Amino acid sequence: MNYPLYIRSAPTENELKFHYMVHTSLDVVDEKISAMGKALVDQRELYLGLLYPTEDYKVYGYVTNSKVKFVMVVDSSNTALRDNEIRSMFRKLHNSYTDVMCNPFYNPGDRIQSRAFDSMVTSMMIQVC
Amino acid sequence: MISDIGWWDHQLRHIEDWKAWMTLRDILKPGTIEFNDCPKGVTGGKENGRCITKLENMGFRVGQGLIERFTKDTARFKDELDIMKFICKDFWTTVFKKQIDNLRTNHQGIYVLQDNKFRLLTQMSAGKQYLEHASKYLAFTCGLIRGGLSNLGIKSIVTAEVSSMPACKFQVMIQKL
Repeated sequence: MNYPLYIRSAPTENELKFHYMVHTSLDVVDEKISAMGKALVDQRELYLGLLYPTEDYKVYGYVTNSKVKFVMVVDSSNTALRDNEIRSMFRKLHNSYTDVMCNPFYNPGDRIQSRAFDSMVTSMMIQVC
Repeated sequence: MISDIGWWDHQLRHIEDWKAWMTLRDILKPGTIEFNDCPKGVTGGKENGRCITKLENMGFRVGQGLIERFTKDTARFKDELDIMKFICKDFWTTVFKKQIDNLRTNHQGIYVLQDNKFRLLTQMSAGKQYLEHASKYLAFTCGLIRGGLSNLGIKSIVTAEVSSMPACKFQVMIQKL
């Protein structure tokens, strides 16, 4: 059951293209997770790294122990963004998601409407773009 | 005093989860909590069942949140047994300050977690006197385990039994989808 709990893009034109890319990358994520036994990916790590590069974009993945997948699509021209920065962005996303989960008023499986989560994502996107 | 639990649920956002859990343990001392719609007698009936279900559901939701927080920094789990070991060691230690004393499994989806000195039952006398009331105190913890497992992708049924205070056993039946 794969539906997005939260999706955001900047700039907002061509949003559908990003939605589509994120959706197709889910297959790659599943592939990486099931490839654990074949040591294609470090078995114990949550960060999945570069999922697949297209000519314009790079797609990164991260899966939590609770089977929640985070997907990040970055412009290829943005070469300044390094691996450890991507990792730290995923950590921040994971931390904010944990806070949302612990909110007793949040029903797991609903779309995330937390303002704190929104502002964290906004500040991250401002940093990158 | 169901409202007390509601208040605590809200506080969970702001204070460390296990500290909040310890205050709940104090609230649940026998005699201080009166379930308004639960008869005090042994028979109990429907009302008692509803209380237990309510507690179990609360435990479920709390378990989901706790697991998310506890597994944030751990490595990915290899398999089901790995997850059960995590529940017995790290999870139980963080919530109850001790580990599960014994884990048994038939390797076909049934696990029995034995705690010889369950923290919520130590305040009660060790004889037969409160044996029938013990299920109320175990309901929340059953939900906790079920919620934690469900967030890790495992559907299960968790039941508990007390044969002699303060020891108790939690039975986890994994449901294959």
